[in-house]
Amino acid sequence: MAIPLSWYLIVAAALFCIGFYGVLARRNAVAILMGVELMLNAVNINFLAFWRYVRPEEPLGQVFAIFVLAVAAAEAAVGLALIISIYRTRKTINIDNIDLLRG
Amino acid sequence: MDLSSIDLRAIGAWFHGLLISSGMSQTGIHVIEALVGALLLLIFGLTLVIFLIWLERKLAGRIQDRLGPNRVGPYGLLQTVADALKLLTKEDVTPLDADRVPYNLAPGLAVFHVIMALAVIPFSNRVIGADINVGVLYLMAVGAIGSMAALMAGWASNNKYALIGGFRVVAQLLSYEIPLVLAMIIPVMVSGTMRMNGLAVAQGSIFGFGWFVWTLPLAFLIFFVASLAEGERAPFDLLEAESEIVAGYNIEYSGMKFAWFFLAFFMNSWVLAAIGTTIFFGGWQGPFVDQLPALGVIYFLGKTMILFFVQAWVRATFPRLRIDQMMSFCWKFLVPMALVLFAAVAIILKLNLPQPLEAITLLVANVAILLTGVTLLGRTQRKALYAPKRAFTPTIPRL
Amino acid sequence: MLQQVIFILMAIFTLGMALGTVTARNLFHAALFLVGTFAGVAVLYVLLEAEFLAVSQVVVYIGAIATLIIFAIMLSRSMMGKEAGAMNKQWLFAAGGSALLFIVLAMLLSKVPFATQVAPVPPDTIEQIGSSFVGVYVIPFEVASVLLLVALIGAIMLARERHG
Repeated sequence: MAIPLSWYLIVAAALFCIGFYGVLARRNAVAILMGVELMLNAVNINFLAFWRYVRPEEPLGQVFAIFVLAVAAAEAAVGLALIISIYRTRKTINIDNIDLLRG
Repeated sequence: MDLSSIDLRAIGAWFHGLLISSGMSQTGIHVIEALVGALLLLIFGLTLVIFLIWLERKLAGRIQDRLGPNRVGPYGLLQTVADALKLLTKEDVTPLDADRVPYNLAPGLAVFHVIMALAVIPFSNRVIGADINVGVLYLMAVGAIGSMAALMAGWASNNKYALIGGFRVVAQLLSYEIPLVLAMIIPVMVSGTMRMNGLAVAQGSIFGFGWFVWTLPLAFLIFFVASLAEGERAPFDLLEAESEIVAGYNIEYSGMKFAWFFLAFFMNSWVLAAIGTTIFFGGWQGPFVDQLPALGVIYFLGKTMILFFVQAWVRATFPRLRIDQMMSFCWKFLVPMALVLFAAVAIILKLNLPQPLEAITLLVANVAILLTGVTLLGRTQRKALYAPKRAFTPTIPRL
Repeated sequence: MLQQVIFILMAIFTLGMALGTVTARNLFHAALFLVGTFAGVAVLYVLLEAEFLAVSQVVVYIGAIATLIIFAIMLSRSMMGKEAGAMNKQWLFAAGGSALLFIVLAMLLSKVPFATQVAPVPPDTIEQIGSSFVGVYVIPFEVASVLLLVALIGAIMLARERHG
């Protein structure tokens, strides 16, 4: 194999950190959700890289990646429904303004 | 010329030899061969569209008691070329507040996704771009890119009709993708392969009796109806309903960019017909195809043209549905029926019946589910139709 | 060699798109960058010879999740442009923290020797995945389906408009 395993891991780490930054720094709830999706993608790259380089004869890594995919889909659906619902009642999806419970 | 000597693989081998003799590295040869293959598919697709547009206009004309194009070239064959030239010379308008990059990207993406789909379609046993082991799933993935293109066009045009068109694209394409995929999965289940060529090979019994359309007619019907919706064709062409939202997501496009959407539309219809041919009508299978592999291409193109003709026929004949009718038809009729059929086929396959018996059981199950579904649909519709209509509904005061 | 070139190009493309996703001021552009990231990740999966996952990635992420996100952006579009800025007050700390995390991870990952084996991928990987879903991992599989159903119902309940 021409590509070393560490390349994939570093790309995944970079993707994860970019997603992490997006979650921490964005104001808009939809943008935060996009950051979470980036992080989940980075995790999936890691699963598949380890599957390919460590145990290609067993599909464990792929199976787990598919579970991550399913969870990501569920998370996106519920998250966006929440955002739409908040938008309806509060007319904003800016996270800084959604602070009803603040003392 | 001896027909049996036409073996398309020989041409490939000749080309391969030519590249090797030029002293290139193995990787270089691989890359060049892939590029040439992609280019051939591209040229094939784009040339085909010229013919398809003429065919559809001519057919629609005849069905609606008109002549259709008949001025440019013999039988009006060059009409499309003339139209393309006209569109090329038109002014390329970009709305002032348009989102430039997505606006200009969308037409390209629309054509691109259809050409990508051509890559896995087996024109004959040997003529196939890439026989990947996830062929059917790949087609779904490519379709997803198509709806993204329409969404981009709808949003970036900064026009409310285009935006409504974009919303409709999501609603329609996503909804009808479910019955489409379920119907495509059923032959995959029967044949046990997701390779497009594998599906064609699996239907190779004598005189077309192995075609899945005979054993799984309901799956084909669901596929066909859903493919009409995926191809944005009447009676499901709500994305571009002229009388409601003018032209849908491509309203702001003019000149060549509009031509690209137009081209993608026709090619998409043809690709859906080609998928239907491969999955349900045996693809390139036909008499004497083993002796003459080149015949496969002719059979394949012939069958696909017949399916395309039926699509055009439906388009020229049926009126447009309303959007709520279209959505409820999908979710309340097609999806449940496809799910029931899916479960029934899975159970029948698990019984491990001997071959002719299994085929007959599948056919019986298909017909039974179809009849039950249609009866139920007819009953509820009739009830809705003849329900007493009052000028006002009296409210019963609560005690 | 060819693989390495493709990998580097795709890695740059993916990371560039990801950066665009988290920095674009226009939310719709951010969503389009996100689509680009997903496509790049799918190509990385192809390089890892996981075709099934690559295609599923496109179907689920581009076909469903990205479409859903764009849909949500369109529905709340009157919000756009009104914001003071795309970033909140802590963005500088977030950037520093993320960069630090990346540096630590990259140093760790390039140091640790993983026990890699250069074995070919078995040709029946998809069959293996399928049979493990109805075999070893049948309970997680069922739980995942229940999760999806719950998410479906929950999303409908949350997002639908209440009349009266």
